[in-house]
Amino acid sequence: MANDHIDITVEPGEVHALLGENGAGKSTLMNQLYGLLQPDEGEILVDGEVRTFRSPRDAIAAGIGMVHQHFMLVPVFTVAENIALGAEETRGGPLGWLDRRRNRRDVLETSTKYGLPIDPDALVENLPVGAQQRVEIVKALTREVDLLILDEPTAVLTPQETDELLRVLRALAETGKSIVFITHKLREVKAIADRITVIRRGRTVGTATPDTSEDELAALMVGRDVSLEVTKKPATPAHEVLKVTGLVVDDDRGVRAVDGVDLVVRSGEVLGIAGVQGNGQTELVEAIMGLREIRAGRMELEGQNLTGMSTKKILRAGVGYVPEDRSLDGVVREFSVAENLVLDMYDSAPYGNAWRLDPKAIGSSAAQRVEQFDIRTGSTDSAVSTLSGGNQQKVVVAREMSRPLRLLIASQPTRGVDVGSIEFIHNQVVHERDIGTAVLVVSSELEEIYSLADRIAVMYRGRILAIVAPDTPSEEIGLLMAGVTGTAGEDEK
Amino acid sequence: MTTEEVEAPPAPEKKPDSFVTLFLRNLWSANTVTVTILSIFLALVIGAVLIVVSDSEVLSQFGYFTSRPGDALNSSWALISHAYADLFKGAIFDPASVQAWINGTGTWQAAFNPISETLTYAAPLVFTGLSVAIAFRGGLFNIGGQGQSIIGAICGGVAGFAISLPVGLHLIVAIVAGAVGGALWGFLPGFLKARTGAHEVITTIMLNYVALLFLSWLILQSGIQDPNRTDAISKTIGHNAQLPALPAPLRVHLGIVLAVLATAGVAWIINRSSFGFELRAVGVNPPAAKTAGMSVAKTYTLLMVVAGALAGLGGATQVLGTADRLTAQVAGQIGFNGLLVALLGRNRPWGTLFAAILYGALSAGGNLMQVDVGVSLELVTVLQALIVIFIAAPALVKAIFQLRAARSARLGASMAKGW
Repeated sequence: MANDHIDITVEPGEVHALLGENGAGKSTLMNQLYGLLQPDEGEILVDGEVRTFRSPRDAIAAGIGMVHQHFMLVPVFTVAENIALGAEETRGGPLGWLDRRRNRRDVLETSTKYGLPIDPDALVENLPVGAQQRVEIVKALTREVDLLILDEPTAVLTPQETDELLRVLRALAETGKSIVFITHKLREVKAIADRITVIRRGRTVGTATPDTSEDELAALMVGRDVSLEVTKKPATPAHEVLKVTGLVVDDDRGVRAVDGVDLVVRSGEVLGIAGVQGNGQTELVEAIMGLREIRAGRMELEGQNLTGMSTKKILRAGVGYVPEDRSLDGVVREFSVAENLVLDMYDSAPYGNAWRLDPKAIGSSAAQRVEQFDIRTGSTDSAVSTLSGGNQQKVVVAREMSRPLRLLIASQPTRGVDVGSIEFIHNQVVHERDIGTAVLVVSSELEEIYSLADRIAVMYRGRILAIVAPDTPSEEIGLLMAGVTGTAGEDEK
Repeated sequence: MTTEEVEAPPAPEKKPDSFVTLFLRNLWSANTVTVTILSIFLALVIGAVLIVVSDSEVLSQFGYFTSRPGDALNSSWALISHAYADLFKGAIFDPASVQAWINGTGTWQAAFNPISETLTYAAPLVFTGLSVAIAFRGGLFNIGGQGQSIIGAICGGVAGFAISLPVGLHLIVAIVAGAVGGALWGFLPGFLKARTGAHEVITTIMLNYVALLFLSWLILQSGIQDPNRTDAISKTIGHNAQLPALPAPLRVHLGIVLAVLATAGVAWIINRSSFGFELRAVGVNPPAAKTAGMSVAKTYTLLMVVAGALAGLGGATQVLGTADRLTAQVAGQIGFNGLLVALLGRNRPWGTLFAAILYGALSAGGNLMQVDVGVSLELVTVLQALIVIFIAAPALVKAIFQLRAARSARLGASMAKGW
């Protein structure tokens, strides 16, 4: 059961934040309001009238619009075409010609009316993520909705884009529209919400006002006290472990993604790479792991040349890797927990050899690691797909951290992970640092970078714009993430 | 263990279900075994209708169905029961000949002949089915079983008549030659896939044609063609290279034993070997396999070599056990039927073995059905096709029988979901 007797009321002109961990049932609730799912019990009232929504079409007709976490846009269509999609203006009946001119005019009208500038003729695939999101919002607004639901809208935005979005939402609320803002980020909730409903395991566990403290909100969300701050000793950086010089890497389309990166990670420190997603972090990490060909440059692990080495050899040289896309790269969902825990070491002792596996050794090591890393699973033989996101991530972390490492690379280590698991994973990363491993953390969540990093490198368009101290204010890092340099505190390039 | 801490509160104490209720509930839930059995049943029902419709005499009685329905129904029932009884007698055993053997009036060979026929048809299908199944577990759709079997048959056959070796050794050499030939024919698409990304479906289909046309050309060449014949047929396999069989007229040979061993071997490879771990990981999630340091390209290549070797063994079994000579049709449809057998066996080694035996039984029984009742042999093909269709569309079977949804109906692993 994803939703268990939830009551929620949204007033006109209100920004209502729906706060909860991943898997708490926020999206399920909103999908019912938007007609994508039908409730088994209970009713939805719009302006005092009971309504049933069999599909989003019904919901839109009742004045409810939704901006999904993953945008529902056709990349090769223009902005105007995307906005018209599903509600095309035609001349000469339903089978007549598309009235492109009128569509275009509608788009311009809506976008000026609400102060959301977009170019109706731009191809969606050429737009930055923030602008794509604006397209989604305008799309909902052209349907003349009164209630706009935004599902985790800030996950893909820079801090500045986030601020811009919050400003737009505030302005919309002032015109009388109601906004439901789904998130698990406490800062944003406090910044924008008029009222906050906290959901945990499918139930409403409380309502709060924006002046509630972050710690209180977190405790409501998780159901116990959590420490949002990672407690750690000052770093004791020693020798250079990873040294990358002049690295140039192309992405899948052959476009330069990493454009001359130099960086050094020392034993016993965490280097955090901040940056909006899509600025080359993925390609940088994949290149270091031997998963992507490089155009130029050199990578060394304690003086040993990694360039051109196979992923297998790099892993066995003592590099641990937590990939950013857990379900695609991190685990084999169909495999059991035990199998996933040996995914990269299945053919070496004690789990097996080049020819055969040793199920007994695999099983007993799995049982021990499930215990040690607090992986919540019915059995080590359960398929990983049956675990929650946080526990799947713990499987990856357990796999990578239970062998002696020289370097740990963690990409978005807590994406889609519940607050309780975040705390655990962060502590594991810090522990790894404290025993002398060099750690490289890539994250698009600035808060995570602040919690973990001893030095922060900001990446923008394939370059490291600056490496700054961990006490640099977030406004400054935010500007760097948006590519603005020239501020004080920058110490190289 | 942390099982006690798992989120949900402990379920209220329930009386454990008895074994029988549990068994019955599972029986009627949509698990793979139930779906398979019901698919066969549905196919037989439709087959029965086809048998009636295709018999003009019975059909004419339906012309006066309203005045004397008994005529039409009785003769329909007689026809159907006779046909299906023949299917059984031809495939498993004929009570009459078993009775005769016990009374001393018949031979034991006659009593065992149906089983022998079934296993003779099944042996090569086990190999080609395993070939498709293991490739599919690794995410490859090997349509090339036919070509690989043909090359296996050619290599096994040529090794069987072109050279002369002592007993035992000659057979081993011929079988190995068949496996190597098939492996080579599998290596090509595997290598092309790994290196250039060429889709294995396209390349294996094309290589099927190459193999078939090569065979047609080869058997007319001197040194291969039987010098005493003018038609397209090769020399006979040397006696030392033939798979030992039970005394005539029984045809079943050592091939079925090899097939069972191969099934065990494939099951071991998939579940217990390091290569099997790689191929299963690559099969369901290539990016994760790559991230964990596995070489997807190497796995694809090696996997196609193994799949090709299995299909090659199927072809070699056919020529060394049953056919004794190369002809253009020596491999029949074993490669293509291997696809269906693997589908029926849900790409599991032992499932594939049983599916192959079922296919063999239908072929063997169909022969008798044709001779005895005059039901065309094609009906068997239709039955086979219907079974496969029902298995490929489990939702249909579930809807017809109102089966409960069950966790064990892992039809995602079915090839019918596409590639």
